[in-house]
Amino acid sequence: MATAHGGTSAGPPKAKRPRRAHGPTTPSRTPAATHDLDLLRQMLLIRRFEERCVELYSAAAIRGFVHLYIGEEAVAVGVHQALDERDAVVSTYREHGHALARGIPPEAVMAEMYGKTTGCSHGRGGSMHLFDADRRFYGGNAIVGGGLPLAAGLALADRLRGESRVTCCFFGDGAFAEGEFHETANLAALWGLPVLFVCENNLYAMGTALAREHAQTDLAMRAASYGMAAWAVDGMDVHAVEKAARGAIESMRAGSGPHFLEMRTYRFRAHSMYDPDRYRPKDEVEGWKRHDPVTGLADGMRTAGVLDAAALDDLEHQVSAEIDHAVRAAEQAPEEPAEDLLLHVTGRPEEAEA
Amino acid sequence: MSTRTRPRAHPDDDTTTYREALRAGLRDALASDDRVFLMGEDVGRYGGCFGVSLGLLEEFGPDRVRDTPLSESAFVGAGIGAALAGMRPVVEIMTVNFSLLALDQILNNAATLRHMSGGQLGVPLVIRMTTGAGRQLAAQHSHSLEGWYAHVPGLRVLAPATVDDARHMLSAALADPDPVMFFEHGSLYNAAGTLDPAIHQVDLDRAAVRREGTDVTVVAYGGCVSKALEAAEELAGEGISAEVVDLRTLRPLDDATFVGSVRRTHRAVVVDEGWRSGSLSAEIESRICEQAFFELDAPVERVCSAEVPIPYARRLEEAALPQPAGIVAAARRVGS
Ligand SMILES: Cc1ncc(C[n+]2csc(CCOP(=O)(O)OP(=O)(O)O)c2C)c(N)n1
Ligand SMILES: [Mg+2]
Repeated sequence: MATAHGGTSAGPPKAKRPRRAHGPTTPSRTPAATHDLDLLRQMLLIRRFEERCVELYSAAAIRGFVHLYIGEEAVAVGVHQALDERDAVVSTYREHGHALARGIPPEAVMAEMYGKTTGCSHGRGGSMHLFDADRRFYGGNAIVGGGLPLAAGLALADRLRGESRVTCCFFGDGAFAEGEFHETANLAALWGLPVLFVCENNLYAMGTALAREHAQTDLAMRAASYGMAAWAVDGMDVHAVEKAARGAIESMRAGSGPHFLEMRTYRFRAHSMYDPDRYRPKDEVEGWKRHDPVTGLADGMRTAGVLDAAALDDLEHQVSAEIDHAVRAAEQAPEEPAEDLLLHVTGRPEEAEA
Repeated sequence: MSTRTRPRAHPDDDTTTYREALRAGLRDALASDDRVFLMGEDVGRYGGCFGVSLGLLEEFGPDRVRDTPLSESAFVGAGIGAALAGMRPVVEIMTVNFSLLALDQILNNAATLRHMSGGQLGVPLVIRMTTGAGRQLAAQHSHSLEGWYAHVPGLRVLAPATVDDARHMLSAALADPDPVMFFEHGSLYNAAGTLDPAIHQVDLDRAAVRREGTDVTVVAYGGCVSKALEAAEELAGEGISAEVVDLRTLRPLDDATFVGSVRRTHRAVVVDEGWRSGSLSAEIESRICEQAFFELDAPVERVCSAEVPIPYARRLEEAALPQPAGIVAAARRVGS
């Protein structure tokens, strides 16, 4: 089958058992259970946020190209467990999940979707260009592969200043075919730069299946050929993602240079709102949905007795209220007047000219 | 990315969309010359990111409608190599914004090989791509960079604005012995028009007068032609008769047509979706001034995109782009 991930594991991962033994639900949760609840809350927030975006898109409240992350939430949330404030993140146009996991408030992301001044890019960027300098979230890049060299530069600066921070760069299996990936991988390995390459291998670059764009589909193996530690991870399992990211980052902080994680994942929705999704079999999509990272975690927690229906309901309510609030705030936020058009072109406003 | 509409219901059976006209041109080229093949990202199974090549894979097979990896430099360079070897490749780059990843191949190879080899080599290659703004796609998917390509000797640069040109320019481009850049404005794909049954081939060397007029010449190309026509209609209501010239070919420019028009109207407005500074509009204005300075009754006006990366927010995007109202105002300013 042309659509299988490279290496040995073909198709969706096997059903998984809960990875930890949790005690029964009690008012005082174990630290592991509390952590799981937090993971679930973050993934749910991303999932419900994007579902709301679909509705808002249909209602023409938001426009442009909108790329959904639904199905891939475990990657953003798992990796972010291992990052902290000093680290930097570089992302793609499919970055709602990365932005929310980074801690950019849903209000700021939603307002950006609306093109309002309260958006995290002041309405200038839209869905594909979310930025937050304070959180060291460097976009939101819609040129496939375009963020990779930036990540190397951010890491180089840290290197030169002797900082122990890392730069995490998210990109897709399609981006792996761009020269910019290969040039950056070599450079980062050559100079020992602290770049965490997180390749979100969702098996498709738009309508082109992995095996139709790569002669060798084992991406981790190819990344390793540049001289960096690289391995594949079940990207539908947030615990596996977190563990891999923690391992990689710990070793990077100790000065071991770049690491590459091939996150084997799947997007449940079409490439963008414009895509009629004609190029992949429906049963393939359904097969992957049975490994939904959100319900997977929730089921595991239920089995372990740390989540009951009431707690899940609670969580859903919290998340939904947060999104309602974000939508309301975005709707009420001001639009930028056309007179402001020429702002933010250079650092010297007097030079901007019509 | 990708903008795709379902096959639209035509208001009547005589009309063709710009997208369908392009597809018919491609189908013709593939059917009539077995040296022709199409390659690019998602041109096959997906049907083209803007749906232009939908169905061609099924019709011509994967050798002649080739999906490529995301490797703009590699597949454009491969198109150049295949052209050197006698093929007639049509390479599709999703948008002009991504053509920058292949800029080295286009400029340092395609445009120069003939010259550097002392005329021994030629690169008969067509590179198609979408250009332009208007769909709230923000600053990495909206720019009009065709003017940059029009700067480069060795390239021919086309900007079809009508369904007839969309239908027939490709075969003329493939007959050109040199590399041709073919710019499709993203806002035109769904535009419908009636194909002129009398047209079977088009001349790439001539600009076209799309509307005759006597008071002012409005020079436009690509996605701005329809805006210029809209403006002309409004001006007509005020008793101002505007002539609209569609450049069609951005390199080499057909000075004779637009300068000839200005000699009759004595006033000119140049419309360009590129940024004003160092733009194609500047080139056209200076040619008018060089060749018809003493015929002008007023300084030439330009209506261009504001000097800002195209913003996402709708109101700002609209404000950034040339609009019919701005063209009307410019025509009034030149005193027509
Ligand atoms: C340089 C460049 N070429 C083409 C595109 C159009 N495009 C946008 S996303 C995409 C697919 C990328 O696939 P992948 O890297 O696997 O990421 P995914 O969308 O699957 O997350 C393409 C072809 C682009 N934005 N930039
Ligand atoms: Mg992908």
